This record gives sequence, C-alpha cells and structure tokens, in this order.
Amino acid sequence: MLFFILRRSGVMVLTALALTFVVFFMTNLTPNLEKLAKSEASVRMSDDQVASWLDSHGFTRPLLARYGEWLGVVPGWTHTDASGRVTGRCIGPDRAADAAPARCGVLQGEWGQSSVFKRPVSEILARSLGHTGWLMLWVMLVMVPTALLIGVLSGMREGTATDRILSTFAIATTATPEYVSGVILIVVFGSATAGISPILAEWGWISGRTLFQGTATSAMTKITFWNFGLPVITIALYGIGYIARMTRASMTEVMTQQYIRTARLKGVSFAQIIVKHALRNALIAPFTVIMLQFPWLLNGVVIVETLFNYKGFGWTLVQAAGNNDIQLLLACSVVAVLVVLVTQLISDIGYVFLNPRIRLS
Amino acid sequence: MTEWDTSKPILEIENLSISFFTRLREIPAVMDFSCSVMPGEAMGLVGESGCGKSTVALAVMRDLGRNGRITAGSIRFKGRDLTHMTEDDLRHIRGKEIAMIYQEPMASLNPAMRVGDQLAEVPMIHRGLSHADAMAQARQIISDVRLPDPDRILRAYPHQLSGGQQQRIVIAMALMAKPALLILDEPTTALDVTVEAGIVDLVKDLGRKYGTSMLFISHNLGLILDVCNRLCVMYSGEAVETGTVTEVFDRMRHPYTQALFRSIPLPGADKNARPLIAIPGNFPLPHERPRGCNFGPRCDYFEAGRCDAATVPMDLVPGSSRHETRCLRWRDIDWAAPPKAGRVTEKLAPGRLVLKLEDLKKYYSVSSGAFGGGAEKVVKANESLSFEARENETLAIVGESGCGKSTFAKVLMGLETATDGQIMLFDENVQDTPIQARNTDTVSKLQMVFQNPFDTLNPSMTVGRQIIRALEIFQKGTSDADRVERMLTLMDMVKLPRAFADRMPRQLSGGQKQRVGIARAFAGGAKIVVADEPVSALDVSVQAAVTDLLMDIQRENHTTLLFISHDLSIVRYLSDRVMVMYLGHVVEMGTTDQVFSPPYHPYTEALLSAVPIADTRVKKRRIVLEGDIPSAMNPPPGCPFQTRCRWKTEVPGDLCDTDLPPVKVMAGGHQIKCHLSDDILNGMEPVISMAADEARG
Amino acid sequence: MDPLTWPLILAKMAVQFVPVWIALGLTFALSWHYRRRLGLYGQLYDSSVGRLGFAIVMFWVFTALFADLIVTHDPLAQLSGMKNALPGAPVKGSEGTWYLLGGDNLARDVFSRMVMGARRVLIIAPAATVIAFMVGITLGLPAGYFGGKLDTALSFIANLVLAFPVILLFYLLVTPEIRVTGIPTALAAVLFLFPVIFVAVLLNSRYFTNPPRRNLYVGASLALGLWAYSGLAFNMDPTGLWSMDPNLLNVFVSVVFVNAPTVFRIVRGIVLDLKSRDYVAAGQTRGEGPWYIMLWEILPNARGPLIVDFCLRIGYTTILLGTLGFFGLGVSPESADWGSTIDDGRRLLAIYPHPAVVPALALMSLVLGLNLLADGLREESMRD
Repeated sequence: MLFFILRRSGVMVLTALALTFVVFFMTNLTPNLEKLAKSEASVRMSDDQVASWLDSHGFTRPLLARYGEWLGVVPGWTHTDASGRVTGRCIGPDRAADAAPARCGVLQGEWGQSSVFKRPVSEILARSLGHTGWLMLWVMLVMVPTALLIGVLSGMREGTATDRILSTFAIATTATPEYVSGVILIVVFGSATAGISPILAEWGWISGRTLFQGTATSAMTKITFWNFGLPVITIALYGIGYIARMTRASMTEVMTQQYIRTARLKGVSFAQIIVKHALRNALIAPFTVIMLQFPWLLNGVVIVETLFNYKGFGWTLVQAAGNNDIQLLLACSVVAVLVVLVTQLISDIGYVFLNPRIRLS
Repeated sequence: MTEWDTSKPILEIENLSISFFTRLREIPAVMDFSCSVMPGEAMGLVGESGCGKSTVALAVMRDLGRNGRITAGSIRFKGRDLTHMTEDDLRHIRGKEIAMIYQEPMASLNPAMRVGDQLAEVPMIHRGLSHADAMAQARQIISDVRLPDPDRILRAYPHQLSGGQQQRIVIAMALMAKPALLILDEPTTALDVTVEAGIVDLVKDLGRKYGTSMLFISHNLGLILDVCNRLCVMYSGEAVETGTVTEVFDRMRHPYTQALFRSIPLPGADKNARPLIAIPGNFPLPHERPRGCNFGPRCDYFEAGRCDAATVPMDLVPGSSRHETRCLRWRDIDWAAPPKAGRVTEKLAPGRLVLKLEDLKKYYSVSSGAFGGGAEKVVKANESLSFEARENETLAIVGESGCGKSTFAKVLMGLETATDGQIMLFDENVQDTPIQARNTDTVSKLQMVFQNPFDTLNPSMTVGRQIIRALEIFQKGTSDADRVERMLTLMDMVKLPRAFADRMPRQLSGGQKQRVGIARAFAGGAKIVVADEPVSALDVSVQAAVTDLLMDIQRENHTTLLFISHDLSIVRYLSDRVMVMYLGHVVEMGTTDQVFSPPYHPYTEALLSAVPIADTRVKKRRIVLEGDIPSAMNPPPGCPFQTRCRWKTEVPGDLCDTDLPPVKVMAGGHQIKCHLSDDILNGMEPVISMAADEARG
Repeated sequence: MDPLTWPLILAKMAVQFVPVWIALGLTFALSWHYRRRLGLYGQLYDSSVGRLGFAIVMFWVFTALFADLIVTHDPLAQLSGMKNALPGAPVKGSEGTWYLLGGDNLARDVFSRMVMGARRVLIIAPAATVIAFMVGITLGLPAGYFGGKLDTALSFIANLVLAFPVILLFYLLVTPEIRVTGIPTALAAVLFLFPVIFVAVLLNSRYFTNPPRRNLYVGASLALGLWAYSGLAFNMDPTGLWSMDPNLLNVFVSVVFVNAPTVFRIVRGIVLDLKSRDYVAAGQTRGEGPWYIMLWEILPNARGPLIVDFCLRIGYTTILLGTLGFFGLGVSPESADWGSTIDDGRRLLAIYPHPAVVPALALMSLVLGLNLLADGLREESMRD
C-alpha cells in the first residue's frame, strides 16, 4: 500500500511538473510577453524598447532557467541598469538587493505579483479559493445525495415507471451544460420581466422584484438561500445527471448478479437486499466518478462564477487568462492541476478500500 | 405451517408450462412438465443446454425474472401450491425450506461481505437468532462441509478462497436452515474434476445426514448416476423419460435417451472399432419446434403421420416404478438391438516423426503484491517437457486447471518462446522462433483448434470470409475465385452446408462454429493440429459429431493431433498416447492402455476415479483427493503432487517433501514421475472395473 | 401591424420548418419499413428512447441542411428598430414579415441566427469528434495490444491532457496571440496525420497478401488523404478545395486535443478485454501481423461501445464549442454559433431573456437528442 502511494505520488509530481511547464511555456510565448511589456510599461513602445524592457525584466533568459526560477530551484535573475540600480526577481520595493534571497519561487512560497490586480498572487488566490470552497461545499451537499438517491432508486428496479422518469431526468440534466441551465434558471427564477418572479411579485408573495437573485455577488459577504441557490443548483444539476446515471448503471448491473439472486433465494427481503447486499457493491464505481467529478466541476465553477459574477477561483482564472496575468495564471493552473491529481489519488485509494477484492489480494 | 404427510412427495410438479415473453413473441421454455420428489430422494434433471432444466429449477424458486411466467400447471411443495404464493410467503420458504446452489460459486457469493456474515444471515432471518448464535452455527456448518480452519474462513472474503472452497461455502449456506429440499443447478460444472469429486461426495453425505431431498440438475449423465435415485431426461422443454436411475440407464424407453447414451464415450467405445454415434440434426429453437414429437426430426424410429400428428403424452411403462416415456412407438422398438454398425475403420500406423520436444521449459516472471510492488516471482508453467509425436498419431495432454497445458500450446505455436529446451518441428528448431519469424509454410502446417466455440470466430466477419482470410495468409489459391472454391471445399469437408459461408457466426450453433474453426485450421493443409479442449464446451450429442469429424479429417490428411483435455472419457476414446500433467510437470506418459491401467501415478489414479462414468456396470474405487490444486505461483517443494497424494506414507523418509521425483521408465516405455517403489506401483489395483460384460438389455 | 401571439409564432415556425418535416417523415417511413434489414440502425427503431433521440438529432441535421430555406432573414442583417424586439414583433417597413423569436441587441433575427447556428455546430462537432476518434483509436489500439512501455508512455500523456482543466487549456490554446507562434498548426499537423495513417494501415494490413491491389488502395487513400491534409493543416492545397479558416482551425484542434485522450482510454480498455479472445489467438497462430489483428479482428468487435460513445461525444463536443463561445473564444465574433449567441444574450438576460434562451434551448435539445440516441443504441446493442 505504501509503495502504491509512493509510486502514485511520484507520478503525480511528474504530472504536475509537466503540466505547469506547459502552462509556463504557453503563457511565456513571445507574443504574450510583448503584450505584457506593453501593458506594464507603455502601449506605445517601439519594438526595441519592448526588447530592452523584456531583457531588463529577466524575460530573455532561457525558458527552462526561467521555469526553474519560478519553481525556486534556480537563482532569480538580477539586472543592473545603466545607473547601477540592481533589480531582480527576488528584489522588490520592500526587499533590498543585498538582503534578497537567491531563489524565490513556488518552493519558497513566493507566487509572485499579479499584473492585473497589482497584489500578491497568494493573497488573491487564498481569497478566491475561500469563496469557491463554500460554493463547492454546497454543491457537493446538494449534488451527491440527490444523485445517489436517484441512481439507486432507478437502478434497483430496472424498467419500471420510476426508473424511466428518473432516467429521463438524469439524461436531460447531463444534456444541459451550466451556461444553458444557468441562463434558463436566471430567466425563470431571477428575472424581473420573465419567468415566475413577476407573477409572484404581482401576487405579493415576494417583497423584492425577483424570487432568487440573478447574481451571487452578495454571497461573497453573506451566503443566503436566495443569493446562493441558483449558482449551486446550476453546477449541481449537470453533475447530478452524470453521477445518477453512473450509479444507475452500476446498480442495475449489481442487481443482475448471482449473489443478489443468492440473497433473494435465501429469503432476504427486497429492502434488505438493497441495503445489505447491493448498495456497497453498487457504490464502488460511483465513488470513483464522484471523486473524478471534482476537476470537472471546475468547468462548472468557472462558468457559473462568470455568469453569476461571484469572485471565486473560476472568476479569477478567467480574469488571469483573459488578461495574460502570467503569475496568477500559473498559480491557478497549479491549484487546478493539484485538485485533479489529489482527487485522482483519493479515488484510487478509496476504490481499493471499498473493494475487498483488490484490497486483500 | 400445515401438517404434512412424509409419505407423500415433498415436491410435486404437475403439467408445468413456462414461457418467456420478449417483444416479438412468447417463447415457451418448458411445456407440460411433471415430476415429483419424495422425501430423502435425489431427483436428477438431465438434458442438453436449452432444454429447460434450469428454468424448472428457477420456477420452483419462483425466480423467473421479469420476462418469465408460469403459464399453466402447479408446483406443490409439501402440499402447498407455490405458483400462487405471495412474495411474502415465498420469502419464508426460500432459504428456509428450499435452498438452491448454482454453477458459479464465485458469482454466488457477495464479494464485499465476509463469508461468516453471509452464512449467519440465513438463521438470523429465518429463525431470528442473534448474530453471535448465528455465527456459532455458521462455524459448526463450515466444519460440516469439511473446510479447515473455520475461524479464518468466517472472517474471509469470498475471493480469498479457492473455487472448491467457495462452492463448499455455498453448500454450507444452503444447509444453514436445514432445508427440506435442495436444488443444485450444475453445482460442479465450473470446477476441476478432482475437486468436483469431493463436492459430489459431500453433497451425497450431507443429503443423507440431514435427510434432505434433492433436485440435481446436470448435463453429465455420469454425475446423475453418482448422486441420484431417479432422473428425468429433458429435451427441448419437455420431459421425455423419467424413472429410477437403473431403469433409465439400463432399460431406456425413449429414442432420445438411447441416442444420448450412444453419443457419449463410455468405456468400450473405440474410435476405430466402435465409433460414437452422433445425433443427426440440430436442437430445435424454442419457436421452431416441430409438430408432434419434438425429437421426431432427429429420431431413427420416426414414423411420418404418427409421430408428427399431435402432441405426445407421457406413457407409463408397465412393470416399473413410475417409469414413463414420451414416445408413441416405444412398444414397437426393439430396444435390445445393437446400434447400426458404424463405419469400422482401420487404425493407421504411426508415420514419420514430426514433432520432438526435449526438456522444454517455460518460466514466467510475475510481480506479486496488491499494487504491483513486491518481489518478482518466477512461475514455472512448464518444467522439462520431453516427448515426440508422429504422423497419424493422437497424443492427448491431460490435466486440470493450472497444469500448464495451455502454456505448452502457446510455446509450441510460437505465441511465446521457450525459456529453455528444444522444439523440433519437422526438421526445424523452433523453440526460439516467435510466430512472426516463422515462414508461412511452417505456420500453416501447425495450426490450432480452440476451446470456446463462442469465442473462436470473429463475431463481425462472415464465416466464409474468415476461412478465405486464412487461405490468403497461407498463400493458398491463385485468385479470389479459386480461394472461394477452396473455401467451399473446406465447408464440405467439415460437413457444413455451403450456404453457411455467407452467415455471421452468431447465426451458427456452437457445434457449427467449432466446425468452422476446424475448417479454418485445416485451410493451409495443417500437418499438426493442437486441439485445446475442442469439444468440452459443447453438448454431449454435438461432442460426438465434432470428435468424429476431427478423427475423419485426421485419417484423411495423416495429421498429428495434440488433443488437450481434462476429460478422461474422451481421451480414452480417441487418443493413442496420453501425457498427464500436474502443475507444469508431466507426471505420467504412455500409451492409452498403459495410462488407463495400473501401475498409475497417484494423480492419474485419483483423476480416473474422479471422472464420472455414465454406465451402471462400471465399478470404481472411490479416491477423493483432499484440498485443492495448489497455485502455480506457489507450488509445493519436492513432488508437486505431495500435498494431495494418498500414497505419500508409502515413501520412506521425507523424500516427497524435498526431492522432485525422477522419471521412472516402466515396461513398454511407460513413464511415471514418482518416488514410489516399483513393487508398490506394480501392485496397484485398477480403478475402474466392468461388471460382467453382458449385452445391454 | 400587431405583434404575433405565441400560438401564431409557433405555427409560423412550424411552417418554416416544412422541409425538415418532410425529410424527417421520409427518413422514418423508409427506415421503419426496412428496419429488419438495417442491422443496429434498424433495431434502434425498436426502442422508444432511441426513436425519440434519433428524431431530435435528425431534426437538427435537416435544419442544418435546409437552413437556407428555413431562415426568415439574413442572420447577420441588422434591421433598424428591431433591437431587442420581443418574439413575434413585426418587422418595421416590411409588410408581412416578423422576427419570430425577436431580435437581439444588434437588431438581428434570433430565429434565423438559431437556425444558421445549427449549421455551424453540426459541421464542427461531428468532424472534430471523427478526428478525435481516429487519433484515439490509432493510439489506443497499440497501447492496449502491445502494453508495456508504449502503453505506459501513451497512458501518461493521455492522463496529462486529461488532468488539464479544459477551460485553462482553451484559454491557453484559443487566443489570437497563439496563432502567431504556429502551435495550432503544429498540433493540427500531428492530429490530422492520424486519419491518413489510420486508413493507410487499415488497408495495408488487409490487402498486403495481394500487392497490386494493396498498392492501388493504399496509394489512392494516401493521395487523397495527403491532399486534404496539406490543405487543412497547412492551408497549402494548390487547388484550394481543402482549407480551414485559421481561427476555426484553432478551435477545431483544441476540441480534438481535449477529446482524443478519452477515446484513447476507452479503446485501450476494450482492447485489453478483447485481446484475450480466441479469435485473436487464432489470428496470431496463423501468423497475422499485429495491425491486422488490431484493426480487423479487434476494432470491428469494439464498435458497439464506440458508436455509443461517438454519439455522446458529439454532444459533449457541442457543449465544449458552446463553452468556448460562452467565453468569447468562439469561432468568430460575427458567427451565429449557439455558444457565442448565449454569451451575447446573457448581458441583458434579466431584461430581455429571449436572445439567450433560444440558442440555449436549441443546444440543450440537440445534446439531449444525442444522449437519448446513445442510450437507445446502448440498449439495443446489448440485446444481442
């Protein structure tokens, strides 16, 4: 087991390095750097000026060396200009040239400065991850139990009316990406001119103009059902369908297994068969799916946070990417990649623990 | 519970009809089936696949699934009609009064639940016992089914037990509530023969001990003879003959039963002098059953206008104990007449040497441990194999799972290369030549027939196309038209209609697919054919036809046949020489007569004893091996068979535990790999003996 | 002129779709009649889910096909006074015409844009999925069949791509700046090569026993393939028949890149399962080459799950394209593709919902249709 985790961790580190390097490479392509130079210094710089700006900011060093700097394994660049003033990667307004450490990168805990927000990346990231954490928590609380319930209910008696209705619902939700369901939900529940809100307002059932709020900006200070309901449901809906279908497939498969027949012919009641014999076997596969759902929820988070204007991780990612904020984008990708890899590891380990056939062989 | 008279049948099935309903049509699976089981009696249900025997069993359990429905008749258990019982009432009968055991032991046990919990569940449901009491009872019953170390087993998960142990657990589970009726649906089909023998013994003993009645379903007549008092032969959804085992076996009164017995290789059958007689034609599909007698179109005694006029009822044979037959003409048939003489053929003399193996070794290194870590282990799949084979000769390779016979086939075919040793194929050394490096001629001369008919043909290519492809690869034929012609000739050779060339494999029956597989193997004029259990997945009546076909082609082409099998009956029938393998070692080798008569290797002796033979005249010494076949990953030291050998005490010292036995060459070149002294070996008694060889009456 | 009421709007739309209804009717009537001879496609008609899914999908396919007949206005024309017009609003100055589903914030007809959007989506999504399948199959077959180091390396790369958050990848790949660097062209050069290799190997492994025929087939497919390849990947087709807008190429390549690893994993898994079959061993024992076994013995028998996944994946690709449009990374700013239209419409969502809701519903129904179709196919293919 230990060997397994060690080996997986090794692969994980390798994957993370490869992926961050790809992001580093893509964000540091020459056109991106030129754009950065112009936005940082002056838009009307000549090509020569751009080149010298890049040179004086350490952007002309070899790509691998700069990746090493960012990681914190290669000493940061320094540049002495004509006036003898020393600038460098690790030298800043609050850190003098002689007091600066040689290396300052991710390994030293320094993520750099965001060029869009003009603030340390770590600070922005921490705040936005906090916001997204709440969103994810509620999404999981809504999504997982609902999806499992739907999946188990429809899978335990294949082909019945219940199964047909629940399966259709599940298929419909997987066919509805977040940017579609979000739009529809806002129109139905959060629009002052369409959907049910005008009717409810007319009847005097709601005090405001809309039932749910169409933006989640206020949820950043205080989460309420009315400002958080729509974004949570929007993300959860897409996932519900997917997990429910996986659970249903797994459940129907288990229900046709011989050991379920054995249990039935032992005289075990249907409810007991589901609870004692089927569930554990049927939930092994969906568990993996749920864990692998995390990275893929990221998509939903990005869309929903943009749609509902909720300044979490996804929103930050869009800002960073849209404005070529290299440091912030790198940090975001590190987080995203880590989320993916850690959940993969958990899903593998969990699968092994849930499945005695693998655990004890 | 109502009082119930023990002199009455415990299970009475009357005129039962069962249908499955699909979108297109109703498919009758069982029609007008009647039988009764008396207390303490073991009733056998025998028939080929698709005859409806398992459907009857599931109907008794009222577990036919959503599509199956009982359309007529009644099933009375202790006088109560099960067909109209509610789910709730059924729950009190299932597991408590009627228990069922079926084919795949691994699949029957919940993989995520400890064995103890699964066992304890039964008394907890039916008798309201506490968990602790139920576990105590489970522990008791585990020792009843002769499993060692009950405490460990109670805590184990099913996958931690071997196949034989799992089946014992399934049996234990069925017996937990001491049911009055036990239904066994092919309980040993998935197990090795020597393990099967142990299970059969156990079932018989426990049946006697608890006075349980049994409904024993099997395709194997030998097993039925071993276990049952009465039997019922089924054909295409109907019971065709029923009676006591001796009546049906010795005085059968239905043509199907007779044909069935003539198609199985019983001792005395011989490929040259007394060949098997296959049943002509095919099993009718459920929706294409003929009018009148279902067996009519395949019956030798068929009389047009009579047999195909109306549904045939069961008819009681006078002077018997409830011996009934579903035949209109049984009084007209001379049952004592010997079978129409089959073609008697000359035994061909072995020709030149075509294959010679010397000290062949094949080792695999595998990594053990749950997550791919751990130490590398060497699995010795084949250990010093030496033998030779000649033209016209049939060499049988016999052994149970894990004995290395499939690995040997792979090495010979060139799918793997040997670790050590030599393979001389014709005049060429091929031990280090993988198949890609062999030339077309060598490849086409050495071909293989595979085991599983449902797997041997590519499901998405027509039958003809697959044979033509083989011709293309073997560079036979000059043009497309020529190859089509050759393909059709091959179809003729395996006695398939030419029209089948355009069919997809799924439109063919198992036996037909196997014929296509044979045609494909002989496309390049194969000289040596490795047949890996070519008939073991087929029904007995089809087995005979395919075996005979193989023999015919061999005779015509002077082929060398390497026949890999675990079925000693068929091996005795068709092979000239036999090689017995156990855990990668050849433990015995000789001519068929030498191997089937003493002196034996102790393993061969047990194997011979374990094979069920469907002949009431055969007397067998019962030798049941303890335990299971050790894993090839972890073989015992010394002699590979020492863990299960009953002769071990006859060998002085701990020779068996430490030293691999040498190969003893006995009279006539008969080889035995054993430490036993020549005296003991020569003093062995035959396992199988025939009662006076009188003609069947 | 008064605005139309909803029943009238629906009726008018139904009339516009007449060519689609006729085509659908014909397809269903013919297929139903011959369904017993049409294999899996015919069996599809036995399942109500499959029929429904197929009907929805074919509705959109025919809509894309007959888009020119269906549209009521030029999807790019901005008519004065029609800005954010409500559904059913009459067009000012043009008697007897309406904006059936209203106008968007640039005063264009939402209905016509939705119909034209179908055409874009239904060209890009299936084409990208086909290429992704070719790449996934060509790499997944040897990975599963040979195993070993090749498998380890390919699986690592596949997992690498899969571990990449899709949106991040799109932001990195689908930017105007990236085109200057030539990365999309390089990716296209690699990805578009796979279909050519696939077809050539497929034919070669089958016909190598007959060299003249092999040379003809392989030569013809190589000539055709490389011609298309030069045009699509490098825009260097001398005849100009094959070409791709650089922006579109960018989007296309990214979508293929994201989808291929999943296909790879599915194919690899199926191969691992199928390679232990006896017919594979039979091929090996008669000395067939590995590519024949992979492409002719294994691949045809993997078609069931692959067809099902193909349908699902077209749906997923549609969603991905929509996502790109939603983030303004779409094919082109003017384009009527559904994702971009949703993005345009969402800014005024709370006041004028219709410009966003119409393409949203269209996209949802298409994906739903594809999912239902996949479900029906899965159900029917498991019935054998």
